Amino acid sequence: MRALQAEGVKTIFGYPGGAIMPVYDALFDYTRGEKKCFDHILVRHEQAATHSAEGYARVSGEVGVALVTSGPGATNTLTGVADAMMDSTPMVVIAGQVAIGALGTDAFQEVDLVGVSQPISKWSYQIRHAEDIAWAVSRAFYIARSGRPGPVVLDFPRNAQVEEVEWEPKKVDFIRSYVAYPKLNEDAVREAAELINNAKKPLALVGQGVELGNAQEELLAFLEKADIPAGRTMLGLSALPSTHPLNVGMLGMHGNYAVNLKEQECDVLIAIGMRFSDRVTGNTKTYAKQAKIIHLDIDKSEIDKNIKTDVAVVADCKESLPAITALLQERKHQEWRDSFKELDEKERTKVIEPAIHPKEGPLLMGEVVNAVAEQAPKGTVLVTDVGQNQLFATRYFKYEQKRSICTSGGLGTMGYGMPAAIGATFATDRTVCCFMGDGGFQMCIEELGTIMEQQSPVKMILMNNHYLGNVRQWQDMFWLRRKSFTKMLNPNYELIAKGYGINYAAVTSREELGAAIEKMLTTKGPYILECAIKEDDDVLPMTPPGMNVNDMMLEI
Amino acid sequence: MKKEEKKLYTLLVYSENIAGILNQITAVFTRRQVNIESLNVSASSIEGVHKYTITAWSDEDQIIKITKQIEKKIDVVKANYFTDDQLFIRESGLYKLSTQKVLENPEISRTIRKYDASIIEVNPTYVIVMMYGVTESIIALYRALNEFDCVFQYTRSGRIAVTRGKQEEVSKFLEQREESHG
Repeated sequence: MRALQAEGVKTIFGYPGGAIMPVYDALFDYTRGEKKCFDHILVRHEQAATHSAEGYARVSGEVGVALVTSGPGATNTLTGVADAMMDSTPMVVIAGQVAIGALGTDAFQEVDLVGVSQPISKWSYQIRHAEDIAWAVSRAFYIARSGRPGPVVLDFPRNAQVEEVEWEPKKVDFIRSYVAYPKLNEDAVREAAELINNAKKPLALVGQGVELGNAQEELLAFLEKADIPAGRTMLGLSALPSTHPLNVGMLGMHGNYAVNLKEQECDVLIAIGMRFSDRVTGNTKTYAKQAKIIHLDIDKSEIDKNIKTDVAVVADCKESLPAITALLQERKHQEWRDSFKELDEKERTKVIEPAIHPKEGPLLMGEVVNAVAEQAPKGTVLVTDVGQNQLFATRYFKYEQKRSICTSGGLGTMGYGMPAAIGATFATDRTVCCFMGDGGFQMCIEELGTIMEQQSPVKMILMNNHYLGNVRQWQDMFWLRRKSFTKMLNPNYELIAKGYGINYAAVTSREELGAAIEKMLTTKGPYILECAIKEDDDVLPMTPPGMNVNDMMLEI
Repeated sequence: MKKEEKKLYTLLVYSENIAGILNQITAVFTRRQVNIESLNVSASSIEGVHKYTITAWSDEDQIIKITKQIEKKIDVVKANYFTDDQLFIRESGLYKLSTQKVLENPEISRTIRKYDASIIEVNPTYVIVMMYGVTESIIALYRALNEFDCVFQYTRSGRIAVTRGKQEEVSKFLEQREESHG
């Protein structure tokens, strides 16, 4: 407890069980009365503890903490651990374990957690004795939050939980084998600046690294000085405000049309804190071949991993961006920037307008997201589940403040949305809107219990099309319309909301939508707004997997 | 684009002496379906630092990525990859031969001498021959002995290697790290 306190932990998401009972017994005193220093949020499933911790971490910038028992409690966290690893989210999972004397005996609720979590975590470690606790916990938090953040798993055998030792605080802020913040290479900075100064058609790709490095202002100074249009990855959406004139939209398979095409036309491509995911690059063999590529990243293993780089600047972008900016000449690229407009207009008339302002037919996901975005208070945090709800929500939501998006980008974890939104409400007083489909809603539906108990003010927008919509869309496009197990029989969500005592409203028509959203946003506490969505609403535009980004389709 | 040719690479990996590192290192190979040809773990010249010598067939692009992913592990100090010409390499081979066959055929003893291998134990049933050298000669001796149909057992050690440079760069790196921390 004192080790967690020393690391500044305020909120713990957890679920008790046999092998973690000593910790829970101690926690009892630290969550009430004069010793109180933590809030413990009892979730309904350990997977949700990790997603809540992720949501908390993403919005607050602090390390999220999940506390669970051994065996199934521990294995249930693995999806969240893998998710946090893919999306560089700082998280510490503390799991109980059988006493070290019983390890390897197949004892009740024993599992080799360190073994199974090693490949999907930044670090995992077994605290075998009480005297290791202070060191291991401090090291865990240092590793989770420093450099490129990530999840750390602490396996905590029962004997170490009950052994009594003299408390000796330890602070780990240096590990000789781990270079969290690589030293900026001045030559690389000069080369990068020179390329940008000579560029006629520069394009920046902004990733979550900018948010993780807290370098949003440094980014603006960089972009504005050299007048560089910038696309954002899904996780980097709030690194640059939506309304900024240099923002040219979202990258990737379902991103914006112009920026995808322009990746194949720019002469210098500057990737900042992003990892060239296959969802961004499409076919890597043809991707941005005409351009000189500059890659800024804190993790050197990202350099040349997916896309070969001409200049790599390996450092914290909080440091590298200003260093490059200092060497830049002020430039104007008006003609280049204007050239996006025609394509933007094409996307607006062919895709965006029909999606957000349809004239007839059932409700569409784009119009629901757009209507929420129009009414949501400034600074609202967007949380999404995974699938079409995510793609529509990220496309049509507006991001005005930093750290305004929680979504499972790399792992694509259905069921992430609801628990992540719970976590987000503990990190901020800003409004939290969570878009989910009927599939993902049911994947962590038990967390309605947590929402009920905590009265977490999550505004849940359930976009129900009675399909696993994204898979259905792919079946229609690539699998001869054979809708194999994507149609879903849904429960009566109104009754479910009632069971949990959560405010609920349903919208079936366009005319009611605005008022229903207003009511949701002005009602205190949690709220479920179920929207009846057109069954075969497709996400567009789209670059089919493995295709070239310039082959992006505006229509099917 | 022509597929890059595969070569035998040697990785030298230095890590802290913490349980579970070997698992993490081999997992990087497994994930990419690259087989480890040989593996040797030992102490290094730096106190408390372990040295892994790993060989694998791969192309350069792949081996660079593997090296980076290994070095990314928190408790791995350094990982570098080398081709054979950059290293001084040794392996050893043990050959258990039939004493009867060795006595019957003087060619066997001549072959052992030709390869500069040594006989380290003899008893009425078997003869143990040991050889230090590079991979190719150890295999060549096995093939030669096998021609005489006298081999009971044969095994080859993992590769050990030192770089042709002067010092273990790793100690310099660690010094710099400690200095920067003050």
